[in-house]
Amino acid sequence: MPVSVKTYAGVEEAARALSASRSARFFGGGTLVMRALNEGTQAFDTVIRVTDPALRQVKPEGDRLTIGAGVTMAAVLANRDLAFLHPVARSIGGPAVRTMATIGGNLFAACPYGDFTVALLALDGAVTIAGGGRALNLDDFLKVRDREPRVIVTSVTITRPRDAQAFRFHKVSRIKPKGISVLSIAAHLPQSGGRVNNARVAYGAMGPTPLRVTGVERALEGRSLDASGIAPALAAATERLDPPTDALASSWYRREVAPVHLRRLLLNQAG
Amino acid sequence: MARTPIEFRHNGRDQAIFVEEGSNLLDVLRRGVGDFAPKYGCGQGTCGCCTVLVDGEPHLSCLTLAETVAGRSIETTSGLGKGVELHPLQQAFMDNFAAQCGYCTPGMLMAAKSLLDHNPSPSRQEVVEAIAGNICRCTGYEPIIAAVLDASSRMSGRRSA
Repeated sequence: MPVSVKTYAGVEEAARALSASRSARFFGGGTLVMRALNEGTQAFDTVIRVTDPALRQVKPEGDRLTIGAGVTMAAVLANRDLAFLHPVARSIGGPAVRTMATIGGNLFAACPYGDFTVALLALDGAVTIAGGGRALNLDDFLKVRDREPRVIVTSVTITRPRDAQAFRFHKVSRIKPKGISVLSIAAHLPQSGGRVNNARVAYGAMGPTPLRVTGVERALEGRSLDASGIAPALAAATERLDPPTDALASSWYRREVAPVHLRRLLLNQAG
Repeated sequence: MARTPIEFRHNGRDQAIFVEEGSNLLDVLRRGVGDFAPKYGCGQGTCGCCTVLVDGEPHLSCLTLAETVAGRSIETTSGLGKGVELHPLQQAFMDNFAAQCGYCTPGMLMAAKSLLDHNPSPSRQEVVEAIAGNICRCTGYEPIIAAVLDASSRMSGRRSA
């Protein structure tokens, strides 16, 4: 199907054009939109791009960091301020995908993709939308993303982990080094006096979008990260979850292995 | 259908060409420029057969919107050799039997070139990581890994000579 490409210098104009058209799709790095075009999608006939370099900036702000939506996985890997996210970025695609795929696009990746978003969720991500005023919690954004795809995300703001031990990420795939997620887990586990304080834990490929597991977070609060301390969290590992069945794993399998991988992550034995 | 004029460098030569809106770089290279080295495999960014370098970085040409390469420099396998003289990577692929059916080879070569351009003496693990986005259904990868390591040592020998 013929498609028209509209390129804008500024995000605001692009956002107006996007919201004015029912058949337009925003184009980030291209790894999602071009796939759809190559498949002959009928879902959109207009592609909207923005060239504003502001979308590719990374700005530290105290204990928070704002990452532009147009920052690619390769740019994450080249940025020393984002060293804690390097294992996450490396888990996305191969080198060619990483030079193209953006963190903004990853927010819209359908299950079982979107592993980067899992990390952003665990780091208390907040999404800024063009013309949208104040930032939206990433968990709230993910709940509505498929209903309201005609917005432009300009950046995601996250908490910078206090130390390297506080943030952990593990992607489980059947093929190494590049495979699609059976599931992925990210956890931010700040500790004071050996006790977890303000845990955030998120899963990928365990539901239609990356999701937080608040039951696990509550069960970790005030506990130490040893076998007995994490037992309640493991018991809550798949509470109220309905993981998908796909070519990689069945819902049953994902439910069975999630607590195993969560245990390894919490005890720092993942690898 | 609207056609957009774009200009870019293709293996060191300037190209000016009209592209259909929304077309991908792979189509433009194959049908517009007549460079049949990059291959269409999956059209989904999964197989890596269409890998080309854009300003020295590996890109999947099937997922690259043609308009976005205006003013940029594209390298494909067609530009590797100089006449009858093969690039050391091409020679190493031949000597190590790194190609069987050959369909993945143009993508493998560009992924490998990108690696060696940035890191002339990679470890085996770094080679594996560099070609992780390229699928080969014939060789089982070992000859390809051996070829890239071989090319790396040949090229470093040439540099020190």
